[in-house]
Amino acid sequence: MSDTNSEQFDAEAVRSQFPVLNQKLKQGRPVFLDSAASAQKPNVVIEKEREVEEQYFANAYRGRHSFGERINEELESSRQKIADFIGASSAAQISFTAGTTLGLNQVAFGWGRGRVQAGDEIVVTPMEHHANFVPWQQLAMETGAILKLLPLTDDARLDASAFTSVITERTKIVAVTAMSNVLGTINPVSELVRYAHAVGAIVVVDGAQSVPHSLTDVTADDVDFLVFGGHKIYGPTGVGVIYGRADRLEEIQPIVFGGHMVSDVSVERSGWASCPARLEAGTLPIVQAIALGAAIDWVNEIGFDLVQAHEHSLLLAATNRLMEIPGMTIFGPSSDYKGAIIAFRIDNLHPEDLAAMLDRRAVMTRHGHHCAMPLHELLGVTATTRASFAVYNTLEDVDALIDAVQFARQKLRLV
Amino acid sequence: MILAAAESLQVRTMTIDELLEEFEELLDWEEQCDFLIDLGFELPHFPVELKCDENIVRGCQSLVWLVAEHVVGNGVSMVSIQADSDSMIVKGLIAVLLAAYSKKTAQQILDTDIEALFERMGLNQHLSSTRRNGLHGMVQRVRCFAAEHAV
Repeated sequence: MSDTNSEQFDAEAVRSQFPVLNQKLKQGRPVFLDSAASAQKPNVVIEKEREVEEQYFANAYRGRHSFGERINEELESSRQKIADFIGASSAAQISFTAGTTLGLNQVAFGWGRGRVQAGDEIVVTPMEHHANFVPWQQLAMETGAILKLLPLTDDARLDASAFTSVITERTKIVAVTAMSNVLGTINPVSELVRYAHAVGAIVVVDGAQSVPHSLTDVTADDVDFLVFGGHKIYGPTGVGVIYGRADRLEEIQPIVFGGHMVSDVSVERSGWASCPARLEAGTLPIVQAIALGAAIDWVNEIGFDLVQAHEHSLLLAATNRLMEIPGMTIFGPSSDYKGAIIAFRIDNLHPEDLAAMLDRRAVMTRHGHHCAMPLHELLGVTATTRASFAVYNTLEDVDALIDAVQFARQKLRLV
Repeated sequence: MILAAAESLQVRTMTIDELLEEFEELLDWEEQCDFLIDLGFELPHFPVELKCDENIVRGCQSLVWLVAEHVVGNGVSMVSIQADSDSMIVKGLIAVLLAAYSKKTAQQILDTDIEALFERMGLNQHLSSTRRNGLHGMVQRVRCFAAEHAV
């Protein structure tokens, strides 16, 4: 990170825009290190939600009245912001859904069912969140396809030397997270796309962790589908996004029915609207989808150069200081190959005990398998403690983490 | 060393009433949590050969091993429990369980309202759901043993 960046970036000023972080808790200043699970929301997002609710709420794409028209405009504006943000060429390639999990299920079954045949192969990685693992496993079971795993290197990166042997003519789908929710490992999406497309397979990217923390360009990477959620990018819960390449969106079928996703319905049959409507059954999470646009504006205003430089400096500081603690193991690759997520264990200190003790110092982390049990099996541990950083974290938060870990070690008699 | 041994002996024979009395004198959950951790450190040694799969209590995020058996003392057949965990806080909870069930017959264990005890200690409020599940898993294990052996 260059000094220029740190001078331009005022972490405290960013933090001050988050009401939840400006509280004083009994244990002290909240130190929120669980943004990989769900991030906090800045004032502008909360205010946008309030604006919609208070000024013009109505259902979308239905009532031709002034509220309805305004809602449609706001939703389309948000859709366009999202398209621009991830490098999609058209807002029509952006469908709103409930979140990453539902989105990935819609892609797995909406595209995979009928296209994936017995004996075909679906390639995933061992570092997937269950949301990008179980749908593919279930699709494989339903169709008789084979679920294959890309191997990892010793430092838990994808082993690129195995791409050609695993991604073959039989591969129909490669489903991969762009950034591991446990290890922070950043995966080479565009490289995987090249291998997959060379054999006629599509690539489905779980962007839940990567989209909030790094620049996404679905067009440059030529991914077939990308799914992410609103609540990890400082937006509301209950809203997510499915991006699809135009030809894939022609192919995908709905798996949830009703609402404006139809073109025509008779007693005998139904026809589907084209995307994005096709994937938007039922009433949308309207307020949330609109406020997601505000969240994206907010991130754009800071800019990813500064976001990444800041988060990386936090990652380096926290990693260096954690490594000084006796008995420390940090899982995954070195900081060069990952986002600002640290999954760790301390010898003789149970992750759940550690998380409970950290919480007593207002340091909020997550412990457990982080919805990635196959990965933990591979790592040979049942649980890890995870500290995940976001743009509103500061070096003071890193200090608080280290102090709290020392407090836990003392209380649990490791010192 | 002698003092430590004496203390540990004292805790081992601590009744649930004594435990509760100390617990409830503490100011807040932080102090109570520290107290539980202290109790955990004083738990009787659990033989390593008992740390096998069949003694693992399911439903816990932390590893818990629990063995219940019959012992005869003063002509009365009582249930004896040994347990251990890789989590220090869970070891503290084990200490509470052992105190609550200590020197009891199978029938007395079945008659013990352990939920009321957890409620009184505020454990349901302060423990995470996984910890609560784990605790209930341990209780179930003991109660199953007691149900099989109650006369």
